[in-house]
Amino acid sequence: MKTLWELFLAFARVGVMTFGGGYAMIPILEREIVDRHGWATEEELMDYYAVGQCTPGVIAVNTATFIGYKLAGTVGGVVASLGIVFPSVIIITLIAGILTSFSEVPAVKSAFAGIRVCVCVLIFNAVLKLWKKAVVDKATLVLFLGVFLLSVFFSVSPIVFVVVCAVAGIVLTRMGVKGK
Amino acid sequence: MILLQLFFEFFKTGLFAVGGGMATLPFLYDISARTGWYTTEMLADMIAVSESTPGPIGVNMATYVGFVTAGIPGAIIATLGLITPSIIIILLIARALKAFRENPTVEAAFYGLRPCSVGLIAAAGFLVIKLALFNTELYQASGKLIDLFDFKAIALAAVLLVCTRYVKKLKGLHPIFFILASAVIGIVCAF
Repeated sequence: MKTLWELFLAFARVGVMTFGGGYAMIPILEREIVDRHGWATEEELMDYYAVGQCTPGVIAVNTATFIGYKLAGTVGGVVASLGIVFPSVIIITLIAGILTSFSEVPAVKSAFAGIRVCVCVLIFNAVLKLWKKAVVDKATLVLFLGVFLLSVFFSVSPIVFVVVCAVAGIVLTRMGVKGK
Repeated sequence: MILLQLFFEFFKTGLFAVGGGMATLPFLYDISARTGWYTTEMLADMIAVSESTPGPIGVNMATYVGFVTAGIPGAIIATLGLITPSIIIILLIARALKAFRENPTVEAAFYGLRPCSVGLIAAAGFLVIKLALFNTELYQASGKLIDLFDFKAIALAAVLLVCTRYVKKLKGLHPIFFILASAVIGIVCAF
C-alpha cells in the first residue's frame, strides 16, 4: 500500500514538473525514478522510453505504466499511470473553466489569434523533427505524401491510415524495398 | 450517454495514435468533424494551453476536450479513455519487453507507421495554418486574392519560425515563451 501511494505521488510530481511531455520529461523522470527512488536503472528507463515511443498512446503514460508494473505488478502500472495524469486533469480543468468564461472578451480573442499563429510554427517544427526519423527513403516519402494529401483533401479516419501503413511497413520490408 | 461516447472516442485515439502527444491531434480533428463537440478554432486554442501547462500534451488535450464537451466528468472520462489502451498494451508488452523490441515484424510495422504519423500531424498542422494565416471566408465573400492572406499573421509566423529555428539564443527556449510572446503581440497588434 505504501509503495502504491509512493508510486502515485512520484508520478504526480513528474506530471507537474513536465512541460510539454516528450524529451522534456527524461531528466525529470531520471531524477525522480532513478536518483531519488532507485526504482529503475538509467538503461531500463531508456528501454521503457524507447518502447513507450513506439507503442500507441502518450509516451509519458506508457513509461509510467512500465515502471509501475515493474515495481508492483498490474496494480502498480495502473496507479503510476493515474499518478502522471492526475495533475493535468486538475490544472487543465481549472484553466479550461476560467478560459471558457472569458473567451468572448476582445483582448482574450486577440491573444488567442496571436497564439494560433505560434501553434502553427510549433506544429511545423514538430513535423520537421519527426520527419528526420520517419522519412528515411523513397518508400517512406511516398507513405508520408499519401497520408498527408489524402487526409488534407478527404475526410478519412486516421485509423485507416494507421492500419494501412503498419501493413505497408511489413510488406515493404519483406519485399526488400526498405532503405532504397 | 455522452460520457460513454467520450470514453469510446478517446479509447480509439489512445489505441491508434502512435508517436506521442502531437499524434493525438489528427484524431481530435476527426472527432470534432464527426461530433461537432468543439470547433477547429477551439482545438487550436487547446493546443496552445496544453503546450503551456504542466503535464503530457496528449493528456492535457484529452482533459481539455473532455471538459469542453461534458464538464468535469467529461475531463476525467476522456483522460481515462485515452490512457486505458496504453495501460493494457504496456502491461502485455512488459512481460516480454526484450522480445518485443527485437521483433522484426514490429520493427517493420513501425517503418510504415512513422511516416504515417508525421503525415497525419502535418495534415492537422495544415488545418491550423489555414485557420491562423488565411482568411478563407473573407476571400470566398470578396473573391479578391489579396483578401485571402492575413498579412499580420503571416509576418508573425515568419518571425517566430526564424526565432524558433535559427536564432541561437532563442531556439532552445521552451514553447511557453513563444506562446506568451504571441499572445502579447496578438493583443498589442489587435489580431
